[in-house]
Amino acid sequence: MRAKAMLLPFLLWLALFILVPLGLVVYYGVTVEEPIPYEEIMRADGSVHYRLADGTLRESEPYETRTRFSLANVSRFFDPMYVKLMGRSFYVAFCTTLICLLLGYPVALILTGKGFRHRNLLLLLIILPMWMNFLLRTYAWLSLLENSGLVNHLLEAMGFAKQQFLYHENAVVLGMVYNFLPFMVLPLYTVMEKIDHSQLEAAADLGANPFQRFLRILLPFSLPGVLEGITMVFVPAVTTFVISQLMGGGKVPLIGDIIQQQFGKANDWHFGATMSLLVMVVVLAFMYALNRADTENAGKGEVRIW
Amino acid sequence: MKKVLLTLLALYLALCPLALAAAEEQVTLNVYNWGDYIDPDTLAVFEERTGIRINYELYETNEDMYTKLKKSKTSYDVIFPSDYMVERMIHEEMLLPLDYTAMPYTQNIDPRFLNASYDPTHAYSVPYTWGTMGILYNTTMVDEAPADWDALWDARYDKSILMLNSPRDTIGIALKRLGHSLNSINPTELEEAKQSLIAQSALVLAYVVDEGKDKMVSGEAALALVWSGDAQYCIERNPELAYVVPPEGSNLFFDAICVPTSSKHPAEAMRFIDFLCEADIAAQNYEYVGYAIPNSAAVELMGDAYAASAVSNPPDETLSRCEVFTNLGDDTRIYDRIWTEIITSIY
Repeated sequence: MRAKAMLLPFLLWLALFILVPLGLVVYYGVTVEEPIPYEEIMRADGSVHYRLADGTLRESEPYETRTRFSLANVSRFFDPMYVKLMGRSFYVAFCTTLICLLLGYPVALILTGKGFRHRNLLLLLIILPMWMNFLLRTYAWLSLLENSGLVNHLLEAMGFAKQQFLYHENAVVLGMVYNFLPFMVLPLYTVMEKIDHSQLEAAADLGANPFQRFLRILLPFSLPGVLEGITMVFVPAVTTFVISQLMGGGKVPLIGDIIQQQFGKANDWHFGATMSLLVMVVVLAFMYALNRADTENAGKGEVRIW
Repeated sequence: MKKVLLTLLALYLALCPLALAAAEEQVTLNVYNWGDYIDPDTLAVFEERTGIRINYELYETNEDMYTKLKKSKTSYDVIFPSDYMVERMIHEEMLLPLDYTAMPYTQNIDPRFLNASYDPTHAYSVPYTWGTMGILYNTTMVDEAPADWDALWDARYDKSILMLNSPRDTIGIALKRLGHSLNSINPTELEEAKQSLIAQSALVLAYVVDEGKDKMVSGEAALALVWSGDAQYCIERNPELAYVVPPEGSNLFFDAICVPTSSKHPAEAMRFIDFLCEADIAAQNYEYVGYAIPNSAAVELMGDAYAASAVSNPPDETLSRCEVFTNLGDDTRIYDRIWTEIITSIY
């Protein structure tokens, strides 16, 4: 009973800041707003007035709107333009996740290495940038990589030609890899730290070469960390909009940018909410598939992935 | 001792109703404005002169202000909506008609700015500031000063042009360049504008939001589509920059002063509006805010200090070809759709 009472603030928090906003997104997502129905009536003298559904007459055109249930925005989304945009966002997020994994895995491995001395310092250096707002850090990339930026000034000073680093997809991927890499390294590190090194030593004693040791022991045991890292990077990468705006110069729109556009510029919260919901469904399906892979593996007695 | 205390208590009790009466007499005006949009010193002058207290609150977007007025119980007395929002609020009966006889200083308003489509007779709004959209260019990076909107479509400036990542503004300018109204909802005209922007996209370095200002200051691009307020900001930081409103015309925007229907002190609110129209007060606010003002008496008072600003003084003829954005209602979606088509066509 006491334990339950202590849970209460947490449950309230959950309801207030997760369930209610989510409910609002669902509500906006499956409704549309439209003008209230009315009839235009021409008077004998040629002037116009308006009759509402309940029979009241108005001199000026009615401005009120009503909200009703409709899936019109869902079908509006299944247009080649938006589907292509979604595909593009997933592709960019996939590239980002892959690069983060390829970079993050060795880093985590080195960090957990037995003889590694400066572990805490290096961990701190990985986490440190996260204490600063990511927007500021992305702006910093702009001052570095702009055509008139620091790197190009250096290149010119050394006699090389100017390069355009920003304003295309690669720049967006760079921005995302930079921002999300710690989300890959940290879960990997946590899982790898727990791997029993005596198993690796035993394998070595029994004649397994480094490649076999990696494939048969390290990789299977670190798999939960890999899956968690993938989720932690992939999900924010699919939905980001600031990084693509700043690094891509608005020329690499992702689904997040288009959702933001609905709220910020088009003033169409309903369509924006529908898009958010659909992205959420796809991401959930993706995470479910990952989770399945994880539990299926754990279910097998022998940890072996291929 | 007891006597003294009792006398003090009696005095205190006697004074209470007096204090209450005084408090009731003192009117507090709730003024709701954009950030950095008034010199706070002028508020103090008004309080001192009239004994009316001002409670000053800020908003960031027209939509924030609109939602707050619509949904919350707070009563505001003076607000500063932009043109299209004035239009919408008039339509939704959220604004009080103004009594111009109680505001003699409104005579200072230049009649050039009193025929805007958002409130044709200015029954509900007094213009406070105005601005334009135009081309901000780096004089060291262009061959000659841009003569018209075609400069933003000029292949010589390949990958050196910044456009706004904003559907209404960028599509509006493309329409204007083609000789159409920037409020057009004619499908043929919009299609024409869309094709011209798709063709232009290869030359565009980036579609920017706020970061465009820094890019122009640092010399990242030669030309940019900007609002005059931002142009002013950039020119102050990089004197190599200059601003021009192309002669085909452009967008002219206003922020106006209005009294919402929820106001509890409309008479005092109008007194405040009148105060803001006084020449010296308007001049003081111009110096603080930096946006062009429609107050001819204040402009005269400032003389060369105002006349020297190219940003605040586009030629009359250009100005007469500028248009105010009208509230498109649901048709805003057409623009959103076209804009998404343009930016997704790039890759």
